[in-house]
Amino acid sequence: MTRRVVITGMGAITPLGVGARTLHERWAAGESGLQDGLGRCDEFVAEDFLSRKEARRSDRFAQLALAASTQALDDAGWDDGLPYEDERVGCIIGTGIGGLGSLEREHLVLQESGPGKVSPLSVPLMMGNAGSAAVAMRHGLRGPMYAVVSACAAGAQSIGAAVRTIEAGDADAMVTGGAEATLTPLASASFSAMAATSPTGISRPFDARRDGFVMGEGAGVLVLEEAQAARTRGASILGEILGYAATADAHHLTAPEPDGRGPRRAIELALQDAGVTPADLAYVNAHGTSTPLNDRSETLAIKGALGEHAHRLPTSSTKSAVGHLLGAAGAVEAIATVFALDERLAPSTLGYEQPEEGLDLDYVPGEARPLSGNGAPLIAISNSFGFGGHNAVLVIAGAP
Amino acid sequence: MSTTNAQQVEERLVEAIASFGPDASEVTRDATFEELDIDSLDLVELGQIAEDEFGVRIEPDDMKQMRTVGDAIDFVAARA
Repeated sequence: MTRRVVITGMGAITPLGVGARTLHERWAAGESGLQDGLGRCDEFVAEDFLSRKEARRSDRFAQLALAASTQALDDAGWDDGLPYEDERVGCIIGTGIGGLGSLEREHLVLQESGPGKVSPLSVPLMMGNAGSAAVAMRHGLRGPMYAVVSACAAGAQSIGAAVRTIEAGDADAMVTGGAEATLTPLASASFSAMAATSPTGISRPFDARRDGFVMGEGAGVLVLEEAQAARTRGASILGEILGYAATADAHHLTAPEPDGRGPRRAIELALQDAGVTPADLAYVNAHGTSTPLNDRSETLAIKGALGEHAHRLPTSSTKSAVGHLLGAAGAVEAIATVFALDERLAPSTLGYEQPEEGLDLDYVPGEARPLSGNGAPLIAISNSFGFGGHNAVLVIAGAP
Repeated sequence: MSTTNAQQVEERLVEAIASFGPDASEVTRDATFEELDIDSLDLVELGQIAEDEFGVRIEPDDMKQMRTVGDAIDFVAARA
């Protein structure tokens, strides 16, 4: 029999604040976490979650992962210990870039003071798997553990990989998500040089005036469990990952293929994996970066994959409220999607006012929109795409 | 070597070790690095501080001989 995968815990540190519910409530209320063209996690205080040693031994992206994971495990009712053998619980925390801040700092030390002064922690803080390693170490998770590195699709692909791990029987539960903290001089300069970030510092996905993404930082972590095991232990089930698919554009280092062929195929395959049709969907959580190219090709992909249903589905972008969290985005947005389904409320695409020709979906302008249904759990897709041509789509159902 | 120097070394190294994780009150001369959860990565950083601030180089072989906070203080103070 097929092993199904349910969500039993969620944690998030985002520019909208500390906590997964905070993310949903503030976004649904129309609040933005963006300030001065950046999405900083200003309310995050490392000492609230980390020991002095943990804080010294982790780059900010891993600190955010540690905090979000602790919230997620508490939410799952795991705060008194793991409900499974530790060897049956794995961990996959994705990142787009990893500990870039640590790399930049130590490279400066190398340039100014020579190799003898470089911290022995430079590489272990910088490495992309450091978030996963820190989370597994803190919670004593001894199952499969690694990181997914696929730019802005990393969060979603981590969740997808974790789902597959449980389905294959390699673990009974997984702690998974994404983390990113690259509000650093090098990343800012690079994104700016490639004209990916917004020169006006405004995130308004799908709007005719959009001019690039606003960089943010944060982490989102979910606890996934094999459904039968979760029910047996009496877990409260927040949602289910019904399906997942990933494809590649094989087109360009940074630009999406204009016709959205790769993302379209990812949506189609994810629905097929979930065993649902476009008619079953109630909501689309878009990748919606606020870049001219993505929002157009994503719209084409959604229309191509969902046909006539594309126009009736509320489609909103979390990035309008928190900016682009890169490798954390897919995980934070999956969490936002679960809340939208469970609360039956689709937050709006903040800042969306002026339509552009061809971008004609229901982007939920203005206020949050109640989602209607027939009493069964609502179903949504959450899209994530990344530089390099990564396309990942999750099909998520709300609580039973 | 003056007493003041030895005191300065002790104060600075205790402060540095405490910044690696343990509570400052636990960082006594008799405390072992093992008890304080101070590992080889921490000791490399401690060595960098000793070299920067007191001009004393701690080689990896010297480090292996150090069991307690007092061992490190004495090693650096004797050469500062």
